[in-house]
Amino acid sequence: MPILQPIGRTFLFFLEATGRLSLFTLLSLSHCLRPPFYPRLILRQMIEIGYYSLPVVGLTAIFTGMVLALQSYTGFERFSAESAIPNVVVVSITRELGPVLAGLMVAGRVGASMAAEIGTMRVTEQIDALDTLATNPFKYLIAPRLIAGLTMLPILVLIADIIGVFGGYVVATQKLGFNPTTYLTNTLDFVEVQDVVSGLVKAAVFGFLVTLMGCYHGFNSRGGAQGVGAATTNAVVSASILILCFNYFITELFFAR
Amino acid sequence: MNQTTNSQTPEQGQASDNNRMPKIKIRGLSKAFGNKVVLDGVDLDIFPGESVLVIGGSGSGKSVLLKCILGLLHPDAGSIEVDGEEVVGLMGEDLDRVRRKFGMLFQNAALFDSLPVWENVAFGLIQGQRKPRDEAHAIALEKLAAVGLGEDVGNLMPAELSGGMRKRVGLARAIATEPEIIFFDEPTTGLDPIMGDVIDRLIVKCVKQLGATALSITHDMASARRISDRTAMLYHGQIIWVGSTATIDESGNPYVDQFINGRAEGPIEMQVRAL
Repeated sequence: MPILQPIGRTFLFFLEATGRLSLFTLLSLSHCLRPPFYPRLILRQMIEIGYYSLPVVGLTAIFTGMVLALQSYTGFERFSAESAIPNVVVVSITRELGPVLAGLMVAGRVGASMAAEIGTMRVTEQIDALDTLATNPFKYLIAPRLIAGLTMLPILVLIADIIGVFGGYVVATQKLGFNPTTYLTNTLDFVEVQDVVSGLVKAAVFGFLVTLMGCYHGFNSRGGAQGVGAATTNAVVSASILILCFNYFITELFFAR
Repeated sequence: MNQTTNSQTPEQGQASDNNRMPKIKIRGLSKAFGNKVVLDGVDLDIFPGESVLVIGGSGSGKSVLLKCILGLLHPDAGSIEVDGEEVVGLMGEDLDRVRRKFGMLFQNAALFDSLPVWENVAFGLIQGQRKPRDEAHAIALEKLAAVGLGEDVGNLMPAELSGGMRKRVGLARAIATEPEIIFFDEPTTGLDPIMGDVIDRLIVKCVKQLGATALSITHDMASARRISDRTAMLYHGQIIWVGSTATIDESGNPYVDQFINGRAEGPIEMQVRAL
């Protein structure tokens, strides 16, 4: 049965990869919770992930908010439903576009650099050196990154929400002739706590996924520069796919009736 | 294959040391990666205060041997005892406790490029021994001076160093915690002959000063003669010869002869194709 062989092999490979990733995740989480902690390293990663991602996330958010207002106007105008624009902008940004786009941008920026850095450390024996110096690489390298990702992404997304809504406001009031006060009142009336909270929960999960993928692929990279390159690609691709998958499931968790 | 013909067994090579307890005792150590058997029943004793060298061709499993002893790789079978304590299978805090006895100079020094040189040297003191940073800084500068590097080098980043300087910093890091056992992974590879000699002398000096036990791997025979008391040859996953480095030219073992004289022709067939 030569046709069954490749199917079986692929399936086994899939199981093996899933198992390895699950073990890695559990081990990483357990090291996040147990001392020793490295506050200096956590702070450094928070600055790297949070502060330095602000420009790219902010730019993404403002243009998304602007284009949302513009697009929904051209559509809603036909049904004289322009008054729904503040609602559409704020709900789309806080629930979906803020966390997903910020997650994807951070995956490209942070996930890639993490995979490259840790991967290079692996192939140049720096991770072995950590071990021989009686320092656990999970505690020293991975836990600070996971903690920083988990905490920084919600803050980034909260800022992105505000900037995105502001982008919609600017286009609506300057280009589409909305009354500024009415627009803001409508925005605040429409938005619910659950919209924002669901977005922030997503952000925390995405932050964890991005850093986990960066660390996992970097940590397991093999074979010199090519291996590090592959690890970087895999980290970004897998983080992006996981973000989109988890986005659906978290949405279902919050909003499915 | 009859590899042990005309060779001393490990026990014969260590006949004079029978009364002492070995610092590191390796028995039946085996490790395979997939189908490729790298170590196939390695037996080796390393006694306190001596400097043992493992020679063998590229890909003969020398690095794997070191990594198994350090617990970086898990052997498939066999036992490794350090000071009489079994280390195979140790985890977590127990493994860290044993690792604190070791220092290691990696092949390309493996310096942490995100940290300045002095923090690299002080790493084991700050992270492993939880010493205050200023105290560790002072010790780091002292160790850098011991390998001939000034205070100014301490503030450089590893990327700014030349190959010889990287090796020196790696050596300073390996000796910073004053370990009982130091491993040297190809200490002179990639250096010019003069710098190789400088590093070898530093190694001998540092090991003597600490009174440490040393285990080195290399295929540079000039370096081998300078740094080691005893040599073991690894071939096809087994130790096929152990003896004093001073008498290695009279080993009478065709494998050792071929290796130390660097001849392409002989009983050792190099694996040209990667497995």
